[in-house]
Amino acid sequence: MEDRTELNRNLAQMLKGGVIMDVTTPEQARIAEAAGACAVMALERIPADIRAAGGVSRMSDPKMIKGIQAAVTIPVMAKCRIGHFAEAQILEAIEIDYIDESEVLSPADDIYHIDKRKFKVPFVCGAKDLGEALRRINEGATMIRTKGEPGTGDVIQAVRHMRMMQSEMRRLVSMNDDELYEAAKQLRVPYELVLYVHENGKLPVVNFAAGGVATPADAALMMQLGAEGVFVGSGIFKSGNPEKRAQAIVKAVTNYDNPKVLAELSEDLGEAMVGINENEIALLMAERGK
Amino acid sequence: MRIAILALQGAFAEHQQMLRRLQVDSFLIRNADDWNQRKDGLIIPGGESTAMLKIMKDEGLFAPIQTALRGGLPVFGTCAGLIMLDHEHLGTMDIEAKRNAYGRQLGSFFTIHDFKGIGDIPMTFIRAPYIERAGPKVEILSRLDGKIIAAKQENQLVCAFHPELSDDTRVHEWFVQICQSRQAEG
Repeated sequence: MEDRTELNRNLAQMLKGGVIMDVTTPEQARIAEAAGACAVMALERIPADIRAAGGVSRMSDPKMIKGIQAAVTIPVMAKCRIGHFAEAQILEAIEIDYIDESEVLSPADDIYHIDKRKFKVPFVCGAKDLGEALRRINEGATMIRTKGEPGTGDVIQAVRHMRMMQSEMRRLVSMNDDELYEAAKQLRVPYELVLYVHENGKLPVVNFAAGGVATPADAALMMQLGAEGVFVGSGIFKSGNPEKRAQAIVKAVTNYDNPKVLAELSEDLGEAMVGINENEIALLMAERGK
Repeated sequence: MRIAILALQGAFAEHQQMLRRLQVDSFLIRNADDWNQRKDGLIIPGGESTAMLKIMKDEGLFAPIQTALRGGLPVFGTCAGLIMLDHEHLGTMDIEAKRNAYGRQLGSFFTIHDFKGIGDIPMTFIRAPYIERAGPKVEILSRLDGKIIAAKQENQLVCAFHPELSDDTRVHEWFVQICQSRQAEG
């Protein structure tokens, strides 16, 4: 009777309209919770620093994650490498609330993603387009986010990925029934998932924006483009006034369609993270794991 | 009949969908301006109670909601919505909620269980609370393993689980009836 997939999709539904913040210490986790984050992502280094440091990037120390679990009452997520099911098993053993099988870390497998249906804990995965999103859902992901380009503070990739998913979904909705089989073949996903999108005009799981969100306006942009919530990584704790910026982004996600409120929120936030333009970076994390 | 749904964070769209199925008009509350519209009831959805409380206070919604509920405006709180009505939050119900009472996501579960006056209904518990203590004015509607998971006090209805995630509309129908009787009174 108990359906873990359904329960795990349900948890993502409770996170909707919220902001999930990257944190590296219990102190940052408490700041995020007090600012109104609906969950935190525990990791040793935020994406901007992973990018700067180079080298192989792995799952965080479980002790560090436990420290953050002890510091807050909101859900705690953590990242494992793409395809690294042993890291995922470890995260499940410490009762993480959500695992992010993430392209931010160095991939452990260049062919296979984790068989997420084998786990009781839920997974969120990144996607650049509808095919990637549905393939991850087929593997058992119960939440999707855009890949964007982590650690850049440049929202262009997240915009591109969200627009791509939305336009591909609109295309499926407009198709004749007999065209869906070919669409499933092209997307390399089961027909049933294509049929779901055709009938409902949305993914069967919650879809957040991630990768490059740095300001309240960025968050509002992503919500207006169809995101159901926002992940903010480097954007908060790489900025001049993390506390204030965190609160402003939380409110921007609630009031994403109210420019007057957004204008107030955007005042006096201090310096945003410096950021890197997409043409200035050597490593495109979004190209990891298709 | 028009029901307000608090839409600061969480699963508010699911409640709106339930009301649509019951052909009841609803609207979303995101700020104090939204709140000023006429309404016959309020739904506080599931989500993260810390996030919801913070935004509620910042948006200047806490005091007006509290006043309206004390004045008898019917309210239906699910999961985080239950927590929002307890002593430590809005304090309009004589209950103490225990947050994350079933632990982390691995403790989330589904069951079919008895609900007073309705019978067996599907119940989805997501990082759910339960009611640790309820005062004498509180009518207990459901207990699971001895813990109170649904209750009512005058026009205030709360569930630790999420009726909005199921296809069963009966709890929502009951809440709509509460709103209707209040409307009839006056």
